[in-house]
Amino acid sequence: MPAKAKAASASYIEPARRSRSKRLRMRNNWDYLIFIIPVILYFLIFCYGPMYGVQLAFKRFNPALGITASPWIGADNFERLFGSFQFTRILKNTLVINLLKTCISFPIPIILALMFNEIRRERLKKTFQTITYAPYFISTVVFVGIINLFLAGENGYINNILEMLGIAPIPFLTSPSYFSGVYVGSDVWRNSGWNSIIFIAALSGVDPQLHESAQIDGASRFKRIIHVNLPCIMPTIVIQFILQMGKMMTLSYERILLMQNSLNIEASEVISTYAYKTGLINMDYGFSTAVGLFNNVINIVLLLAANKIAKRYSSSSLF
Amino acid sequence: MEAASQRIRESHGDRLFLTITYILIGILVLAILYPLLYVVSASFSDPKLVISGNIGLIPKGFNLEAYQRVFMNHEIWIGYRNTILYTVLGTAVNISLTMMGAYPLSRRNFPWRRSCMIFFTITMFFSGGIVPMYLLVRNLGMYNSMWALILPTAINVYNMIVARTFLETTIDEQIYESAYIDGCSNIRAFFSIVLPLCAPIMAVLVLFYAVYHWNSYFEAMIYLKDRTLYPLQLFLREILVMNQSDNVMMDSIEMDTSKFLVAEGVKYAVIIVSSVPILMLYPFLQKYFVKGMMIGALKG
Repeated sequence: MPAKAKAASASYIEPARRSRSKRLRMRNNWDYLIFIIPVILYFLIFCYGPMYGVQLAFKRFNPALGITASPWIGADNFERLFGSFQFTRILKNTLVINLLKTCISFPIPIILALMFNEIRRERLKKTFQTITYAPYFISTVVFVGIINLFLAGENGYINNILEMLGIAPIPFLTSPSYFSGVYVGSDVWRNSGWNSIIFIAALSGVDPQLHESAQIDGASRFKRIIHVNLPCIMPTIVIQFILQMGKMMTLSYERILLMQNSLNIEASEVISTYAYKTGLINMDYGFSTAVGLFNNVINIVLLLAANKIAKRYSSSSLF
Repeated sequence: MEAASQRIRESHGDRLFLTITYILIGILVLAILYPLLYVVSASFSDPKLVISGNIGLIPKGFNLEAYQRVFMNHEIWIGYRNTILYTVLGTAVNISLTMMGAYPLSRRNFPWRRSCMIFFTITMFFSGGIVPMYLLVRNLGMYNSMWALILPTAINVYNMIVARTFLETTIDEQIYESAYIDGCSNIRAFFSIVLPLCAPIMAVLVLFYAVYHWNSYFEAMIYLKDRTLYPLQLFLREILVMNQSDNVMMDSIEMDTSKFLVAEGVKYAVIIVSSVPILMLYPFLQKYFVKGMMIGALKG
């Protein structure tokens, strides 16, 4: 961290007297506490508080006793989860959708950013960007509403067109086999523009001299994209990829819950929606917490693994 | 100058490549824009024509019946009022707490900077999950109150780190130094130095948080019970996703088919009515949030 190095060099206190200096600094700067204490309280209550509740995963929750006094039942909840016939299905669904997302939704914003970067007319570029970001600002509910209106089996926009062309209507919303496609496709429509911002930002940092010297060597536009732009934004891509890996087991229940119906449930039940339903609808608190914990642990393992791999094979990593 | 010299060097292959790029981007932009414009057009059209797929980008059989029904529905107004309240209040809480956290974290003379940073960052990767959170909200007595939508999401760690990075990089240490020499305390420095200089990042944070509050439905769905407390998104969910257009909107219609038609028209209108405030706001704030994302990207 360059900021830290700067701080160290700027400080006029020798390292040997660091702890004393820390006390001294605290005495001089106690007033920061006024700002930071409410923030720390927020994190303690609303982030670490629920983490304390994670013990429910190993307990049988009794509302009368509360979280702390509920009886321990060991790993029963996990055994139930791994033994449940739902388990392989929700695991498979989560992974299939996320792998599709990684293969399709992840590269498209990068390609989009590289293409935007080639546009030289600033106003055109701005307009295009404004349009591509717009769907991100639509709420999840409205977004799913639009999906439904467009893809409905009867009277849906797409199926109306297919009908005019003499093709049988496709049950996009009601057939399990289409669910992951619809989910990822709509995800591309909504988020590609927004996700490209970070790569556009990275591209704006590419040194123009690299392009000039490549041009002098006779590199075409395409060659320059591949050999100049892409390597320059590689660190950003790697970081984003690691973060994506850390979400491999997570799909936001907000959207999936809205897209679910009794006909496509076979393909649309994922870990997060399962945790929501077992927890807040069936009130099976301990079990639902176990599902959530399982999800979270796998995510962290994947994140750390991806980070380690990135560290070994490229120069950039998250930590 | 630069553009001119570039044009001279441009080879045939490059020009072809550029043309293809433009065409591809054009197709993409159209693919994104078309559904949005279609919804606008359909909302003004005769539902019968919409359902049979006869509508393009220009409304046909212009009628405002759907809008009339949406505006006459008092629940939509309740939802609107609640959403505005939650968005304004929630964003105010978000901004205050985020800046209060970002400021000390950005300061070198704050002794626990590093430990605080670790303490906060952990929560980005590990969370208690949905049930512990739900029980916590219930235990704190916030169930079925608007505070359940505001306090548990009061700070977004990522946004706080972005704000911290902004403060670190834009406000020079020397400004603080000279203020300290004049006897300025850290509290005073926050109000006299930091706040006046951080308008761009505040704009970004306002946009991010306000959009979040405007668009979220899940917290409201699990924490709120009274319909009078529902935000707009929950009423939208009933209309758009659960296909339960309120009876108020449907009264005085007997025929089932026309009921269905009106419900379809209402869907398009309600999408427009609910999304217009945010979509109107955002092009004006665009330059700020691109900047905000760039600060985020810098940090990585």
